[in-house]
Amino acid sequence: MRTYHQLTNPDRSGLLDQILTQRQRVAERLAGVRRTVAVMSGKGGVGKSYVTAHLARALARDGSSVGVLDADLNGPTIPRLLETAHAAHRTSDEGVAPITGLDGVKCISMALLLEDGAPLAFKGPSAESFVWRGAMEASALREFLGDVNWGNLDTLLLDLPPGMQRYIELCDILGNPPPVLTVTIPTPESRDAVRRAMRAAVDRGSELLGIVENMVGQEFSGTAADDLSKEFDTPVLARIPWHPTPDTWSALGSRL
Amino acid sequence: MKFLCVECDQQMAFGERQLPGDGTLAATFKCPTCGRVVAMLTNPMETQLVSSLGVEIGGRTVPAKPFEMVRANVVTGGGGPAWSDDAQERLSRIPSFVRGMVKKIYADYAKERGITEITPAIMDTARAELGLEGM
Repeated sequence: MRTYHQLTNPDRSGLLDQILTQRQRVAERLAGVRRTVAVMSGKGGVGKSYVTAHLARALARDGSSVGVLDADLNGPTIPRLLETAHAAHRTSDEGVAPITGLDGVKCISMALLLEDGAPLAFKGPSAESFVWRGAMEASALREFLGDVNWGNLDTLLLDLPPGMQRYIELCDILGNPPPVLTVTIPTPESRDAVRRAMRAAVDRGSELLGIVENMVGQEFSGTAADDLSKEFDTPVLARIPWHPTPDTWSALGSRL
Repeated sequence: MKFLCVECDQQMAFGERQLPGDGTLAATFKCPTCGRVVAMLTNPMETQLVSSLGVEIGGRTVPAKPFEMVRANVVTGGGGPAWSDDAQERLSRIPSFVRGMVKKIYADYAKERGITEITPAIMDTARAELGLEGM
């Protein structure tokens, strides 16, 4: 019996071609974005979204056109941080219009699609949903990247959830690993988790732009940022105190 | 994905795709030599896996619309399947003290199978499968 590759007529479904078309759509959509930066951390609760939103606002105040893609599909917070929580997005054949928040920062988020307080849920058979849920989330991320009409942007910040899964999906969808801005807090526990994420980013080929140490002073102590900086030969771009000023964020923006 | 008619040693040609609405998918393929037609039938989980990739069996004839997958699959409201007018009318004839329980049974049945709209036909199927005669 002949095998798949021995059948020479084209595969009418062309699933691989459909996937490649999706990737092409993402590339075309992001052609107007000068720089894409993934904000990530292996650790939850270190303030990735908080840093992302304030960094975006600082860049915008300094004259850049900035967008934030909230890639935390299950715990989206960017619209609230940019005070766009009750805005609705508009869709046309050209794409989905992002929402504009504080300081003119554009954003897209799953929070804009869900009812307040509702968890992200997909239609479909509930039994064994783990089989397809991950693919569904990756597809949602792909549509966020490929269908949002950002226009021309100087910087698109991608706010990733804790862990590595979304980062890996992002690399696959983009085709090239994005530059990474890493967020940690000073503690050894955060350092150990963030180290794994940075190692994964390096292994994938991402450029490490630097480290932001958040929640510095008061309760948390340690040398996480300095340790990681030395280990990965990447700078500590900012140490964010518990009550940062706009100048704190501007300084970070200027060093990014 | 390709289909081979082993007897004729011929690649079968895609015929048509059907989405019956119960979460399953049917795609037919025909042998150009002997004319035999086979149908590929996927269960709701397999259908969902294909859907989650944003691809279509049989190929795409028009480009995907913006947020096509998200709009089709993300539960943006209260969740659960929609009820057709006929199904709602039939539901209203059920005594009120058990109506909520019966409605949940049908909704759970539909959700487990990826059914997005409950119709009288779906209710009949569920009733037969679950042994709910009289509901």
